[in-house]
Amino acid sequence: MPNMSLKKNEMPAQDANVRNKNFLEVALGYTEEQALDEAARCLNCKNHPCVSGCPVQVKIPEFIQKITEKDYEGAYQVIHETSSLPAVCGRVCPQETQCEAKCVRGIKGEPVGIGRLERFVADWHNANVKEEPAKPASNGHKVAVIGSGPSGLTCAGDLAKKGYDVTVFEALHLAGGVLVYGIPEFRLPKAIVQKEVDGLKALGVKVETNMVIGRVVSIDELMSEYGFEAVFIGSGAGLPMFMHIPGENLCGVYSANEFLTRINLMKAYKEGSDTPIMPLAGKRVAVVGGGNVAMDAARCSKRLGAEVYIVYRRGMEELPARHEEVEHAEEEGIIFKTLTNPVKINGDDSGYVSSMTCVEMELGEPDASGRRRPIEKVGSDFDLPVDCVIMSLGTTPNPLIKNTTPGLEVNRKGGIVVNEEGLTSHASVYAGGDAVTGAATVILAMGAGKLGAKSIDEQLSKK
Amino acid sequence: MYRIVRKEALKPTVILYEIEAPMVAKKAEPGQFIILRVDENGERIPITIHDYDREKGTVTIIVQTIGATTEKLSHKAEGESIQDFVGPLGRPTETEGKKKVCVVGGGVGCAIAYPVLKKFHDCGAEVHAVVGFKNKDLVILEDKFRAASSVLKLMTDDGSYGEKGLVTDALKQLIEDGNRYDEIFAIGPAIMMKFVSKTTEPYGIPTTVSMSPIMVDGTGMCGGCRLTVGGETKFACVDGPDFDGHKVDWDESLKRGKMYFDWERHKYEETCNLFKEVK
Repeated sequence: MPNMSLKKNEMPAQDANVRNKNFLEVALGYTEEQALDEAARCLNCKNHPCVSGCPVQVKIPEFIQKITEKDYEGAYQVIHETSSLPAVCGRVCPQETQCEAKCVRGIKGEPVGIGRLERFVADWHNANVKEEPAKPASNGHKVAVIGSGPSGLTCAGDLAKKGYDVTVFEALHLAGGVLVYGIPEFRLPKAIVQKEVDGLKALGVKVETNMVIGRVVSIDELMSEYGFEAVFIGSGAGLPMFMHIPGENLCGVYSANEFLTRINLMKAYKEGSDTPIMPLAGKRVAVVGGGNVAMDAARCSKRLGAEVYIVYRRGMEELPARHEEVEHAEEEGIIFKTLTNPVKINGDDSGYVSSMTCVEMELGEPDASGRRRPIEKVGSDFDLPVDCVIMSLGTTPNPLIKNTTPGLEVNRKGGIVVNEEGLTSHASVYAGGDAVTGAATVILAMGAGKLGAKSIDEQLSKK
Repeated sequence: MYRIVRKEALKPTVILYEIEAPMVAKKAEPGQFIILRVDENGERIPITIHDYDREKGTVTIIVQTIGATTEKLSHKAEGESIQDFVGPLGRPTETEGKKKVCVVGGGVGCAIAYPVLKKFHDCGAEVHAVVGFKNKDLVILEDKFRAASSVLKLMTDDGSYGEKGLVTDALKQLIEDGNRYDEIFAIGPAIMMKFVSKTTEPYGIPTTVSMSPIMVDGTGMCGGCRLTVGGETKFACVDGPDFDGHKVDWDESLKRGKMYFDWERHKYEETCNLFKEVK
């Protein structure tokens, strides 16, 4: 008999007032009992709608079934068939708009906690299974993957499993892309990312760090001089956007990318790191924007001891961040100043931020994006005293690869143009993830990496 | 890891490091920079390339020991390795099609001014050089500058060597003497580049400066190196590092450069003390 409770098993978590002072993981993961109880909520529906909600089509009811049989490794293997990064996805996927949104149990009550179960299974595997996967026999084909973020790692993993000789080129000194420089430790421990990367290396994937493709070597050179038969570009989102308002280059104004990179990749918050970050204890920080990245930046600032405001021009309902992230941020004491838009950042004599002039907004008719358009309330200007401003407005694609790869077509926004197979306008060059779509989610990038791997396999196996 | 194949103290606090980095050496051009990390906990710092040897697969940088990271680096011996060395980054300096140029270098900036000067020279331009140092003890690369330029003005702040005065004094004199430069190229401390730009502006001589703001990734991802040029925000790592000196918002850049001043000074003292204890 399935467990007919209308509610999900709650995720154990660090208390909000404890965790907002440390960088340890917030959500602690299900215990075995909780996992079994939650798994029993799955009805194992015949047409499994949840699977269609997953960008990489994880066989969800099948792995949950394995949990109910206490065959956790079996469950892991089911997930791993289609997803290379289960421990990552179980943590950062927006399940509420994907698999869980399609769950039949969600019609009356809460959907099955699919993400939480995925995380349980992946963590169980990481804690209990030590042997490395067998290295597949080589098929002799060489493929280059540019970028070691979610799309690149997925593409590399899928190809390696098929016996391809894969080299991943990473521009930074550490593999993982946005998983290491962007998403904070308390949402996604870096040890987990490292484990996934190590898993790929065990499959025979080579990871070359400090390789800025386009500068050190071009895509055409990879193919003509280094013998790569196909290339997958998963170079990520690119350059941070700013508002182009006065005062944006004052000391104390960061892009979310810079702020998070200093903290997550460079560990600026830790004793012993040589990378500086502005001291924020007792200071006031305004994070401008309402996406997941804004929530991450706000929650990091809080952990560094600041009073933190999210400044967003629309309302709470319109925040693009995951509901769970907003909830966590609120619990941790982040103050939401919605329907508020900055117009100017003011500085002191030495060039440091002292306040931000904002205007109040109200919502008008829906615009092209379907969201109600924010309109400025005339004469509502006010000064918000802050010491630091973090701009979290999204990114524009990095033009480096486009500029150094003749024949690579990009769209009006600078995103690489691909067809339904993930193939670019350049022969044997595929692309996916944020470099194509602009900033999106980890799982969508993984889906694109998967597609790239499939298409590359189809092309090269014909040779 | 990247091995230091040669280390030479040009001056007690100005050290040349030749680093084994074949991929970087293969593509490096004058005006470009690299980013290095000394060790696992190291910060990423940008250093402009001084020289490269494509056959040997090495890249040479000249670094002034001035803060925590450069202090750590100075304790690395020849034969030892540094953690990370990535590049070449940024756009190369445009050196073609110039008939007569004047290259202005300040302090350790001369280490970077030299390859640019040599490239101008190799491209067939008549090259004048103005180099400035605090005092005689800090003068570097004099012979190299002399060999590649037809006029060399060597200035020291205290007059202990060459002529006493600022690079801007010598530059102004050269211009006043009737030298018609197609371009002035300045590399050195931001304050020097600012005043070189101010000096040439009334004469309308195109002036290029090589900016070295605070940077993290060096690929455009963080935007920490942004500066205002002609009212627009530019990223030094991808749009530069060379910019039109007459259009740079110098006061903003100077302030941004000091963002971590207190932290850096503290960290430097801490690092120096650490090495003293080890001794």
